[in-house]
Amino acid sequence: MAGSAHSPGHTHLHVPGESRLHRMAPAPKLVGLVAFVVVVALTPRRSIGVFAVEAIVVAALVALARLPIRTVLTRLLVVLPFLVFAVVVPFVGSGDRVDVLGLSLSEDGLWAGFGVAAKALLGAGAAIVFAATTPVPDVVRAMSELHVPAVVVGIVSFMFRYLDLIVDQLRRMRQAMVARCHDPRWLWQVGPIASSAGTLFVRSYERGERVHQAMSARGFDGRMPDLDERPTAAGDWPLAVVPAVVAVTALLVAVLA
Amino acid sequence: MSVLAMHAPDGFLEPTVAAVTALISVVVLAVSLRAARDELGDRQVPLAGITAAFVFAAQMFNFPVASGTSGHLLGGALAAILLGPYVGTVVVSVVVVVQALLFADGGITALGYNVLNMAIVPAFGGWALYRLFRRVLPSNASGVVFATGLAAAASVVLSSMAFSIEWLFGASAPVPFDTVFTAMVGVHFLIGIGEGVLSALMVSAVLATRPDLVAGARDLDLDAVADRRPVGARGFVLGGVLVAVFFAAVVSQFAVDDPDGLERVAIDQGFESSADEHAIADSIFADYATRGIGNETVSLAVAGVAGVALTLLVGYGIVAAARRPGRRLAH
Repeated sequence: MAGSAHSPGHTHLHVPGESRLHRMAPAPKLVGLVAFVVVVALTPRRSIGVFAVEAIVVAALVALARLPIRTVLTRLLVVLPFLVFAVVVPFVGSGDRVDVLGLSLSEDGLWAGFGVAAKALLGAGAAIVFAATTPVPDVVRAMSELHVPAVVVGIVSFMFRYLDLIVDQLRRMRQAMVARCHDPRWLWQVGPIASSAGTLFVRSYERGERVHQAMSARGFDGRMPDLDERPTAAGDWPLAVVPAVVAVTALLVAVLA
Repeated sequence: MSVLAMHAPDGFLEPTVAAVTALISVVVLAVSLRAARDELGDRQVPLAGITAAFVFAAQMFNFPVASGTSGHLLGGALAAILLGPYVGTVVVSVVVVVQALLFADGGITALGYNVLNMAIVPAFGGWALYRLFRRVLPSNASGVVFATGLAAAASVVLSSMAFSIEWLFGASAPVPFDTVFTAMVGVHFLIGIGEGVLSALMVSAVLATRPDLVAGARDLDLDAVADRRPVGARGFVLGGVLVAVFFAAVVSQFAVDDPDGLERVAIDQGFESSADEHAIADSIFADYATRGIGNETVSLAVAGVAGVALTLLVGYGIVAAARRPGRRLAH
């Protein structure tokens, strides 16, 4: 399920490196990512050529960032359920049927399955490159520079600050349960897990209260102090939108031709 | 199919649906943020941030479902009942956005409908149902726990309904609405049972230690809550059956108006007439309506409820057969 596919903490998301993508300021990179993914989502499902160009762009970004292929492929597994859906659609879809290898498949279903799979993989691929080349504090900084409301930026940064800690607490609780021979197999044996989760909530909430008191004692008035903003290097903005521009060009050529 | 309503990828629904749901989500989030600030004041940032980390972690809590398979918490309704609908919506939305941005779990252009389906609908829908169930249940800790279970279970089904409706307007594949609706609601009905049981027991655990932290229980006398009797598993089974019966009676009203997917394909292909009538077509519940009952609504409801009863019986039989003697000794 989706939750179990997450890596345990966020520290492993960033793949350290010195590439141009790693050095790019986070705000342009985030805008470039969103722009590219929007073009992917807008691509008509039968435009094989445009999808091919977009796939080349994502592959080029992975190569440019020198990301290990294995890491990228592993993280792409997050869209697996939708690839399964894409495989099923041609069998259950309506419309004209075509014979493929002796199977009667829905033609619309085939195209729809292809479109769903292509967009899911390309969108996730681009997001993976972003997450792998941008440390979490930079993501928070990018949101702040792009004028996401300060409250939201604050909540996101606190979430990240405490995520590993709380996940570790969770892991310790499970370890303690396993050490006491806890091996539930049925839903009605869920009691101890639920109690642990409830306890974890109380601990998290009380930690929040303590942290707030500590912050108040140091003059916190509801506003987060400004984060130090690194200057955006000249050339970051034009470079960041290159993937989106390439994809849009391919899309326009395909639509107008 | 179980994850289809959750974490949909880019381009899974048409761009117009993505844009409209994004607009709705942004407006609801802005309202929720304002209400959360009024409620929490300058505690908003640390408290919402750390509870968001908790929801993220709680979604990693794999709980057993049956014979080794497992599911995990979604947490929308639970967050609303613990934190109130506004703070709950903010917290779960933040989790959904971060999952899309950094874990590629759910598309970035799909955030509009993912936030709507996974945060807004379960939090507000779950909260509304929770208030409703509280009215009919006794005003004590057990009432809170039961109402949580029922509302959390129903919120998952609500999410799947929201997704199905969005599919109606912006399907990315030629799968008819009624097929998607039936499959989604059916699967999420089962997921909802796990969600309901886990949410209820979690709220029960929080009530036992810090009853003041359950937003949905603020109307209770907290001293009386502290020394209540725990709710047993039997109660939950009873609750689950009640929800199942309720939904079977209501949902069946929507589900059977159109021919289902395979029947439609058959009609499109013109080979419907060649299909033999099903062997149990003469059963009194044939085509999901009950013979001898004239009123269509009542007839559908009776058929739905009977279906649930039958499913439960078969399920109980399988479980009873699978339970090895001596297994009880281990507990």
